[in-house]
Amino acid sequence: MATEALAARATRRPDPAPRRRGGIRSNENLAGWLFVAPVLVILGLFLLLPILMALWVSLTDWNGQGSPFTGKVPFVGGDNYTRLFSEDGLARRDFMTSIRNNIYYVALVVPAQTVLALGLALVVNNRMLRGKGFFRTAFYFPSVTSSVAISVVFLFMFANSGAVNALLGFFGIDGPQWFADSRGVLHLLLGAVGVDDPPAALTSGGPLGLTWWDWLSGPSVAMMSIICLVIWTTSGTFMLMFLAALQNVPVALDEASTLDGATRWQRFRHVTLPLIKPTMFLVLTLGLIGSWQVFDQVYVMSQGDPAKTTLTPAYLSYRTAFRDFDYGSGAAISFVLFLIIILLTLFQRRVMADRDEPRRARWWRRRVPERS
Amino acid sequence: MAVLTDRPASPVARRADRGPRALVNRFLGYAVLIFFGLVFLYPFVIQIGNSLKTEPDAAANPLSPVPDPITLAGFERIFAGTNFPLWLGNSLLVTVLVTLGRVFFDSLAGYALARLRFRGRAGIFAAVIAVMAVPGVVLLIPKFLVLKQLGLYDSYAGLVVPLLADAAGVFIMKQFFESVPVSVEEAARIDGAGVFRTFWSVVLPTAKPALITLTILSFQGSWNEFPHSLVAVQDPGLFTLPRGLADLVSGSLGKGTQYPLKLGAALLATIPVAVLFMIFQRYFVRDANEGADKG
Repeated sequence: MATEALAARATRRPDPAPRRRGGIRSNENLAGWLFVAPVLVILGLFLLLPILMALWVSLTDWNGQGSPFTGKVPFVGGDNYTRLFSEDGLARRDFMTSIRNNIYYVALVVPAQTVLALGLALVVNNRMLRGKGFFRTAFYFPSVTSSVAISVVFLFMFANSGAVNALLGFFGIDGPQWFADSRGVLHLLLGAVGVDDPPAALTSGGPLGLTWWDWLSGPSVAMMSIICLVIWTTSGTFMLMFLAALQNVPVALDEASTLDGATRWQRFRHVTLPLIKPTMFLVLTLGLIGSWQVFDQVYVMSQGDPAKTTLTPAYLSYRTAFRDFDYGSGAAISFVLFLIIILLTLFQRRVMADRDEPRRARWWRRRVPERS
Repeated sequence: MAVLTDRPASPVARRADRGPRALVNRFLGYAVLIFFGLVFLYPFVIQIGNSLKTEPDAAANPLSPVPDPITLAGFERIFAGTNFPLWLGNSLLVTVLVTLGRVFFDSLAGYALARLRFRGRAGIFAAVIAVMAVPGVVLLIPKFLVLKQLGLYDSYAGLVVPLLADAAGVFIMKQFFESVPVSVEEAARIDGAGVFRTFWSVVLPTAKPALITLTILSFQGSWNEFPHSLVAVQDPGLFTLPRGLADLVSGSLGKGTQYPLKLGAALLATIPVAVLFMIFQRYFVRDANEGADKG
């Protein structure tokens, strides 16, 4: 390499200091470590160490008094974890309720934000329209604002006499009391088709401490307002990702298929969509990872109420530790959540790594027929 | 930047631009843009309008952006009746310190990982990548534990120090330094400049775009940071803006409606980032697209 040659020439100078015999590289070892030291210390001290400490606490019954690292704190082994999964009781019921809530939340937020983001990107990418820069900015702006400040605005909009209900009033709809309404949306739909009383088979039992009827509630009306808020704030970011991908779709390809008589839908389905597939996967997995972490909005807007229907694992772990002073259970909940998110992240990285190495088998693409 | 430019229309595209069908398409396109433009911006319009209303007016006409009568009572009460000035001061202090720290430490580490050869470099980089995957919300209890243990709980140091470096920033800086040709710094090194001198006075000045991006991201991130302040402090004298705002909404004051006051406080908390966004928009856009490349 050029640097080596230059370094060698440098050492041939008349009076080379002995310590510089290794050339420029010799002090790079020390410098390198000094340069990364601050970051290593901060990340180690406030990320790695705390995780290990919390792992320990999750195996104890620490109540917040004194230090958790003395012999006085009772060690309970895996009790905090088994209570979440296999012991009937309040801890498991709350945890499973939070999991149910978050599953419905994910099931609505991820598809909705992906479709909205892609739709907006397609419109903004349309070459026939003007003023797209302004709209792109408008769609992205909510993404950069404070989650707390935005939650305050949505609290006002979804208030009983708020903007959303006023808007619904224009169409003659009597809006619900959003943040007081714990009824599940699926239950409401069933009620609309005449199923008012749950069948006994569904209320008599069910897995993991909740009845089948409880599992099948759908997101509550209160949760729907949080879902609306999150779709509204995250779509802009994902729109930009889709936009970047769409700009890499060759115009010629689109035009060629137009000349071949393909309809707009056919072009989208068979030309555009396959080409932006990697971005689609990225958006879907980032959405999955992000939507298991919903916390700020729940804290500000509902605190898990009404009737625990907006409780999420992230908020439940916070509440268990800092409100009920059961730090062991709280830490155990956050480790289960950690596991869920890490699995999703590993899945994402696997998929993305496959994308970067095109020769490797792509198991998810095998069903796509080769284009001749 | 690719995102900002429209691609030139080719002859085929131009042919498709004419005719009644294209007109309908264009009309539909604008209709969609305007509809979603309203969906995404009208909440902010409502926020501004209602922060200037009287309380009965805000309750009776929540959709209307026009205050009738217009009043600054809400804002007066923000400054007279809440700790808003204190929160603002704390937020400014924390944000400035965190931003300075992140820009400096992240670029140091990014430079070392991109350029310097030292034992353990690959391992450290792998660790940085791994750390990026750790979700913030599972760190609430862990952070609280370590701050208590180190005696940093309920102090400015507890608010600032844990945020002074972030893995994503290190990653951005490393990517940037790798894209810069090595020739300039090599010349400086041969002239006898030390590693730090070379970094500080030769390399860093060329890294302006990446430094601006990192500054903006750090400012936005620490200004909006909420969960960390939730577990780092409990003394109301140390509340930052998001923490104070959350307290205002869910705490004792939140029981009454007082929407003009709350919306006004939220508005004031949004303005700095909004201004930053307007000025440095393209750097925000770049970040989102780097996310797409990062994979």
